[in-house]
Amino acid sequence: MIAHAIFFYVFSIIAVVSAVMVTVSKNTVHSVFFLILDFISISCLFIMIGAEFLGMIMLIVYVGAVAVLFLFVVMMLNVAQQKNQWFISKENSNHIPIGLLISVIIFFELIIVIGGWKYKPDLFDQGNLSIVNDVSNTHSLGMVLYTDYIHIFQISGMILLIAMIGAIVLTFRQREGVKKQSYLKQISRERAEGVEVVEVASNRGVKIDD
Amino acid sequence: MIEIGLGHYLTLGAVIFSIGIIGIFLNRKNIIVILMSIELILLAVNINLVSFSMYLGDLTGQVFTLFILTVAAAEAAIGLAIIVVYYRNSGTIRVEEIDKLKG
Repeated sequence: MIAHAIFFYVFSIIAVVSAVMVTVSKNTVHSVFFLILDFISISCLFIMIGAEFLGMIMLIVYVGAVAVLFLFVVMMLNVAQQKNQWFISKENSNHIPIGLLISVIIFFELIIVIGGWKYKPDLFDQGNLSIVNDVSNTHSLGMVLYTDYIHIFQISGMILLIAMIGAIVLTFRQREGVKKQSYLKQISRERAEGVEVVEVASNRGVKIDD
Repeated sequence: MIEIGLGHYLTLGAVIFSIGIIGIFLNRKNIIVILMSIELILLAVNINLVSFSMYLGDLTGQVFTLFILTVAAAEAAIGLAIIVVYYRNSGTIRVEEIDKLKG
């Protein structure tokens, strides 16, 4: 139990510090790296609490895909060198106290809710998706995911498909001067425009014009 | 303090959520950091769902965490595509200079 506490505090302190560094870091590339560190520590917390499948999926999806996507975009757009300017900004710098105030209010509201709640007495009786302890976490998630939640699962697949199509359509552009293969041009070629029959005069040779 | 319960995880989620909101408000650099703050907020929501799921013994929270993960990935892809297109058209993604709508 004491090891559980030690690991919880270590990972959560890493997570909170790296979340702060995401927001205040001067370099955007550093922000992305701190975001990766945050995701890794949170997925360690998930594995520690017993949700191994979600911890591993967090690692794969966030660290493997989303964070790399952020890194690519940051490096492609050349914004890494733009310095952070929010304390020396001349005009309308009154957003800093307002933002701090709003987030502190939200934080204390959440803390009040966490500190003052109680369970409904019959809460534990009505769960029909209770965790069974003799199968693994991945097994039980799979048994639920492909039976009870199959429609939502398919809809989430559709969301991913639409996001992929949308990203491709948004960033696609036709460049001038880039040669591309065109199937329509290739297969609609006639013999007359490809081959020319030339009468070759003797002792002269052929003049090729190109 | 030693006994780690549900309240500890929820407090961690609340802290990360608040940091994400601070990141949205205080950002003066570029709009990518705002997207990262939104990812932090979704991460806090995921922490809450998973810890409730494990401590209440109900698997539904983890299933919905999976769906939130999907939606977060789609949102990051679309948002970054929009940012790339905007940068290509106007040459900047600084938050102060994105004022075409005069809002």
